[in-house]
Amino acid sequence: MSDNHDTASMQDHIRVYLMVFGALGFLTIITVLASYLNLSTSEGIFLALIIASIKASLVLGYFMHLITERNMIIWILLMTVFFFFVMIFLPLISNIDHAGDPAQWWKVL
Amino acid sequence: MEIPYVVEEREDTGLINSKLGIWIFLASEVMLFGGLFSAYIFLRMAALPGDFERWASELSVPMATVNTVVLISSSVSMVMAWASLKMNDFSKYKMYLGITIFCSFVFLTIKYFEYSGKFAHDIYPSSNTFMAIYFTLTGLHVLHIIGGVVVMLYFYLPISHKMWDKQPEQFTNRIEVFGLYWHFVDLVWIFLFPVLYLL
Repeated sequence: MSDNHDTASMQDHIRVYLMVFGALGFLTIITVLASYLNLSTSEGIFLALIIASIKASLVLGYFMHLITERNMIIWILLMTVFFFFVMIFLPLISNIDHAGDPAQWWKVL
Repeated sequence: MEIPYVVEEREDTGLINSKLGIWIFLASEVMLFGGLFSAYIFLRMAALPGDFERWASELSVPMATVNTVVLISSSVSMVMAWASLKMNDFSKYKMYLGITIFCSFVFLTIKYFEYSGKFAHDIYPSSNTFMAIYFTLTGLHVLHIIGGVVVMLYFYLPISHKMWDKQPEQFTNRIEVFGLYWHFVDLVWIFLFPVLYLL
């Protein structure tokens, strides 16, 4: 009885995995098509990173089971994300500092 | 000596040790690749206008698109291999793991043709800043793929059947933990693809 229940539950999981697979394939096509749009560099970067983030969320949530994972893992990842942005923005702050005139800061972003 | 808490969860963490270990390892990997992505941003900001775009246009978008689909497929087959073990179907596990190994070899073969195409046109990491960061990022990613293939081949060998027969739950957990690594490698490529090839 329990084995049958587990197998049925896994079959549901497999259906979700296949749907996520379809969504990832679709978003990959959208990513490539979006690169042919006549967008400015900043708009292109924004759009590409949004699509990549959606794809990453699907992989993290469903293939890596993060949506049902324990809080400890979530906390480890939140800290990682925090330090990741610190690592990226610290040199950026130093760059802004060298830019001098605050009115010119936007140029380095 | 037996490693504790590889099957039953620890009371304080609520996790098996191997899963906690792989997530901490993956956190360090985020910082490793994050540092290089950060380097990419700063190199691009410091480059002459249009320089990165011009060199990026030398890369093959169709090859990278196929590689993206191949890597996503390998991620699905990996999670299916784990699901097969959860359903006590070892032969299906072998089939799905075989598909994952095949996909990773396809990825590496396409990457080989990409690299050799660049070298044939005298484009090397030393040629310019874009190619330096391109070869560094994709080279590190390829090393991760090769590492993953070595582990997968180990889990594909006949010894895997003995491990499964002896301790099925522990073996299933091993495949889950390896799967987390493999999905992370896929995740990195999901960002590398648009950043290097399309922007």
